[in-house]
Amino acid sequence: MALIQISEPGQATKPHERKLAAGIDLGTTNSLVASVRSGQTSILPDSNGDELLPSIVHYAQDGTIHVGKEAQQYKISEPLNTISSVKRYMGRSLEDIKSKETTLHYDFVETDSSVPRIKTQSTAVSAIEVSAEILKELKVRAELTLGDELVGAVITVPAYFDDAQRQATKDAATLAGLKVLRLINEPTAAAVAYGLDKASDGVIAVYDLGGGTFDISILRVTKGVFEVLATAGDTALGGDDFDLAIVEWLKQELGLSENIDRSFTNQLTHVACKAKQTLTTEQTTTINIDNNGTSLSIELSREQFNALIEPLIKKTLMPCRRALRDAQVELDEVTAVVMVGGSTRVLRVREKVGEHFQQDPMVDINPDTVVAIGAAIQADVLVGNKPDDELLLLDVVPLSLGLETMGDLVEKIIPRNTTIPVARAQEFTTYKDGQTAMSMHVLQGERELVSDCRSLGRFSLKGIPPLVAGSARIRVRFEVDADGLLHVSAKEETTGIESGIEVKPSYGLSDSEIEKMLVDSTEHAEEDVAARMLHEQQVEAKRVIEALAAALDDDGDMLSDDERQVIDNAAKELVEVSIGKDDRAIKHAMEVLDKVAEVFVSRRMDANIRKAMAGHNVDEFEG
Amino acid sequence: MTSSMETVAENISLTQNYFELFSMRSSFDVDLSKLSENFRKLQQAVHPDRFANSSDKEKRLSVQRAAFINEAHQTLKSPQRRARYLIELQGVVFDDQANPVMSPVFLMQQIELREALSEVKSKANPESALEKILAELKSNRTVVLDNLAQQLNVPENADLEKASQLMHELQFLDKLQSESEIIEEELMDSL
Repeated sequence: MALIQISEPGQATKPHERKLAAGIDLGTTNSLVASVRSGQTSILPDSNGDELLPSIVHYAQDGTIHVGKEAQQYKISEPLNTISSVKRYMGRSLEDIKSKETTLHYDFVETDSSVPRIKTQSTAVSAIEVSAEILKELKVRAELTLGDELVGAVITVPAYFDDAQRQATKDAATLAGLKVLRLINEPTAAAVAYGLDKASDGVIAVYDLGGGTFDISILRVTKGVFEVLATAGDTALGGDDFDLAIVEWLKQELGLSENIDRSFTNQLTHVACKAKQTLTTEQTTTINIDNNGTSLSIELSREQFNALIEPLIKKTLMPCRRALRDAQVELDEVTAVVMVGGSTRVLRVREKVGEHFQQDPMVDINPDTVVAIGAAIQADVLVGNKPDDELLLLDVVPLSLGLETMGDLVEKIIPRNTTIPVARAQEFTTYKDGQTAMSMHVLQGERELVSDCRSLGRFSLKGIPPLVAGSARIRVRFEVDADGLLHVSAKEETTGIESGIEVKPSYGLSDSEIEKMLVDSTEHAEEDVAARMLHEQQVEAKRVIEALAAALDDDGDMLSDDERQVIDNAAKELVEVSIGKDDRAIKHAMEVLDKVAEVFVSRRMDANIRKAMAGHNVDEFEG
Repeated sequence: MTSSMETVAENISLTQNYFELFSMRSSFDVDLSKLSENFRKLQQAVHPDRFANSSDKEKRLSVQRAAFINEAHQTLKSPQRRARYLIELQGVVFDDQANPVMSPVFLMQQIELREALSEVKSKANPESALEKILAELKSNRTVVLDNLAQQLNVPENADLEKASQLMHELQFLDKLQSESEIIEEELMDSL
């Protein structure tokens, strides 16, 4: 491991030192990693030159894990040990999965925690762990290509992902040892890739039909700022459903029985997918199937295929209308329609979307890579490689967040399409005389009944003073950060008793579970983890010191000499301990520095606000 | 975690009146393009994306400020929330749940609209029937908003009771509006 260089506080780092950052599209069917190198954004290929990493993980008998193409070859021979489309299971309970899939593709096992696991021949794995394997592969690929460790990555998620699914994605990254700079929505990333922030101002509709998910986002772009106005979609609708429609048609046309085994189903899905792809260029295609030695052959025309998928495409247009309405935008205000996701290669999809929005959709950038490209551009800006870029993404909460109240009803606290970050508080009171505890149930969804919404978590506030019903004042605060993740806390106002929870979704992993997995995943568990912790703290310390030095350089004059002295001392202390081997001491020194620097940080932030509004006050207040 | 709320309160810029935050005069009529321009400028300055590489403290402060600016922006952007905010700035707490005294004329209009809405689906041409209702709702809304503007453009001189009554009328209209939209979606679904 390379030694970390730590500069003295006050000494700014080299201005042209570029930080390595990547954009990752963790897709249902394929995943990609991209990065900005010498001003050019490109997909990073593997050693064979392949850009797409099939999102498939194979668990071999001996415990070996194969990812991507290597895993793909086991798909037909070992369907149960070869996990694909795992994104569909992210943040989902077994019950959810059962309700969505008529036949389960894998053997799921219940666990003590509510995260379902898929049983393979070597081990039982959660969707988070499977995704982490894919992310690890991409991380290795990026670091090999770029030649050094990544500072961080931007990972994309469907705009319509709920809190549980976002949290699961972030957990997978943590497990893969990736620092998440930001989770961003796939449609927003696509708009960035098209450089629409540099083009003229307007309203953009991003139609994103992937393998397993559909999103529509309406964005307004003004001088480099993307403001997501509304988003809608369906987390269980995508190109895979087109394949299924062909499979069902095949079964019917060929008189195949309903109860066919898994590997034959996989074969049918495979040929169906091929046929779909062929029909993007050909008018007709021949599908050949091997049914236990008997070969079957059948023709499928583009017209027939269009008819099969017509209802599925129609299902995507409803959310388009809703999103426009939520955005309070008229159809004729839409200045560009961006197509994302491999399934937008299907010509009928382009035609129908073009008809709907009354204009030709943009299809110039490969729909498979456009999201990763956009994520890489955003990652480059986030790590500070482009200080003058005006690019800013203002995203929204895709689904309303609320709490269960009396009578199984949901009280919405943050409505859908509220710009994030957002903080809202609401007061509740006790229902019975002398009630000393209150249980909170956090939900996400648009419906009024608890049972129709997604349960994100439960927690309780204890020690409420026994008062007459209705007189306790419990303030519940919801905060959604810039990644779209929810944090909830509650406080009894008269006593100040507090209860805070990270709303780990009901179907998410606890921090200790993640930590345990990290330990389990390394062979020489303890030393490795200790070394990793130390390394992480040192990297973090370096970052903190550099950031502070740069800030002091710019705005040191906001501090009195005494204030400056206190900060300098704490920074010096941090520099000293970070050379050592004690990760806890480094962490402590960082906390101390963080605390003493608060005044400075706060003053800088407010100076920023004043600067942004400078020159406005005089004329406008008088006018 | 909840302590962040208090941190917000201690801070000068975050106790600011929303109008002042955006360098605007307190008034019901706002220049929406100026509002969104200033909103973007403020977010450019404080959004967490500008602090992705900074200390945790900075990140936290930035999230709080960005959230405050978002809240202020959404309040001033929506006529309904802006009106409520102006009323509350005058020291009156607007109560959603209160049973307001409504003018009989307005109530009659509402009852008729509601009846028309309940009959939409049985009409020969439900789409056009619904369209007519939506158009009427829109024009009713314009009238209420004009009246609110008259009351609240100089908030110090407002008849707050009258303004609160108008707010209740707006709530009635919004409720009908969202019910109409649900029916619209059902109609589109059944196409």
